[in-house]
Amino acid sequence: MTVKTAEPLADITPAAVEVHDVHKWYGAHRVLDGVDLTVRPGEVTVILGPSGSGKSTLLRVINHLEKPEIGYVSVNGELIGVKQQGGRLKELSERAILAQRGRIGFVFQNFNLFPHLTVLDNVAAAPVATGRLGKPEALELARELLGRVGLAEKTGAYPRQLSGGQQQRVAIARALALRPGVILFDEPTSALDPELVGEVLAVIKDLATSGTTLVIVTHEIGFAREVADRVVFIDGGKIVEQGPPHEVLDEPQHERTRDFLSKVL
Amino acid sequence: MSEPPGTTVSLADAPSTDVPSKPLTAQRVQPLRRPGRWLVTLVVLVLVAQFIHGLVTNSFYQWDRFGYWFLRPTILDGLVITLEVAALSAVLGLLGGILLALARLSKSPVLRAASWTYVWALRSIPLIVVLIFLYNFSALYQTLSIGVPFGPAFFSFDESKLATDMAVAVVGLSLNEAAYAAEVVRGGILSVDQGQHEAASALGLPKSYQFRRIVFPQALRSITPNYVNQLIGLIKSTSLVFYVSLLDLFGSAQTMGSTYPGDIVPLLLVVTVWYLILTSVVSVIQFYVERHYARGATRSLPPTPIQKLRAGVTDLRARIRREASI
Repeated sequence: MTVKTAEPLADITPAAVEVHDVHKWYGAHRVLDGVDLTVRPGEVTVILGPSGSGKSTLLRVINHLEKPEIGYVSVNGELIGVKQQGGRLKELSERAILAQRGRIGFVFQNFNLFPHLTVLDNVAAAPVATGRLGKPEALELARELLGRVGLAEKTGAYPRQLSGGQQQRVAIARALALRPGVILFDEPTSALDPELVGEVLAVIKDLATSGTTLVIVTHEIGFAREVADRVVFIDGGKIVEQGPPHEVLDEPQHERTRDFLSKVL
Repeated sequence: MSEPPGTTVSLADAPSTDVPSKPLTAQRVQPLRRPGRWLVTLVVLVLVAQFIHGLVTNSFYQWDRFGYWFLRPTILDGLVITLEVAALSAVLGLLGGILLALARLSKSPVLRAASWTYVWALRSIPLIVVLIFLYNFSALYQTLSIGVPFGPAFFSFDESKLATDMAVAVVGLSLNEAAYAAEVVRGGILSVDQGQHEAASALGLPKSYQFRRIVFPQALRSITPNYVNQLIGLIKSTSLVFYVSLLDLFGSAQTMGSTYPGDIVPLLLVVTVWYLILTSVVSVIQFYVERHYARGATRSLPPTPIQKLRAGVTDLRARIRREASI
């Protein structure tokens, strides 16, 4: 039961995510300082870094929850939040940005499920609201996706009646309902009790093996080693080093990476 | 205690004084006696009894005249006017309040300033002044026109025809109500977690859907109690429409009072009881509306009075059974 989201690989296929020289300030504080990142379709990228390093901001720049001051992001070859006009980048309308976000899944640290809607309606809301599916088809899809994350029997429950791990799995199903080309995870297990982390990671691992493009910010080093095609270490708003997990995690080239890994491992 | 610290002392071994026959573990804990509470209860009961006794026996209230007036057609006609004015103003005021709140929270500085100024002005002017001002509107402007300022009017109508007393009352109350409702609605919207806005936005939900289906339903949970408070104030404010020659509940009683000066007190009682009834009905509706919007906010919904009664009876039974078994 796999959802086909990534296009088949080919040389002409554009990068699933391309972050190009992105700079971002919060007031006088520089959070992102010229970040370049390319994620190929079907690839699982794990972003590591100390807190305040800019890793969450980088993720939020990808779906334009944060606007970069300089630089641009494209997802599956499409510029996000801006358009090219006469050699310049121009801001898109809010409606156009919302439409683009509908093609990118985002899973939050705090789940952010809609508490007043049932689990089923949480998952079915976006396809209906964006006009992609009729209500019956959306509910059908929602049931299927909830089954996939192992919550088939919880469709009628409200989010607050579920455990943290179950809520996060609903949030993943909600993101999948968009049939996104890319799914972004912002510390998906950081708000969970330790014994609930496993069930969420299992769902993400299932997505990783089914060929969905994933970008995951996490502190779970063991998980990164297991599922990541590439690990990116970021500090001070800059990518310090990146590469396959066995290189970055086992033989880090940079002092800062070694320092960070010695603290979390 | 003579034992060194760290030695555990079982309760059953502890010296008991008054009930030596039973070990302490098998005993029920005697509840703390609260003589002060009994005293306060007694005082309150006496005061309540005095008040009720006075209410029933004092000839000043003329309960027979109260009975005569309570369901008189003039009073009921007034009640209907009160209900109509209150209902229309409540709906229009809430709609206006939502628009003003959205304007205040919008990104446009012009809309924000306009909304702020409106709320500032309407909250500053006494309602009675607004009403009388509107009442005299036809004298100030002969025709009311809708169109570009200083430019062509798209359509216009004769003010004096429009300005029936009812319209003046509803417009005046709505204008006033909208200013207060705006702040209630704005507070409700701000009470919704920022994560909800982010999630709705990350899912690409259209802006209007985000407000109607995600943010506003959650905001209603905190809007409801505040707006009902506002609504009860509004119901009582409708008594001011008497001054723009509309005979509402209070107005009818006032008119009857000047015709039958001896009945002023029973007429005021009639008005009081009707307002009490209206407020009670609104409070009951409030309970169910709040319960409706509490879905998902709490793990289980607050019980309705009937459910509470049932639970109470079950509790009592269980307690009696427990007492009997000890």
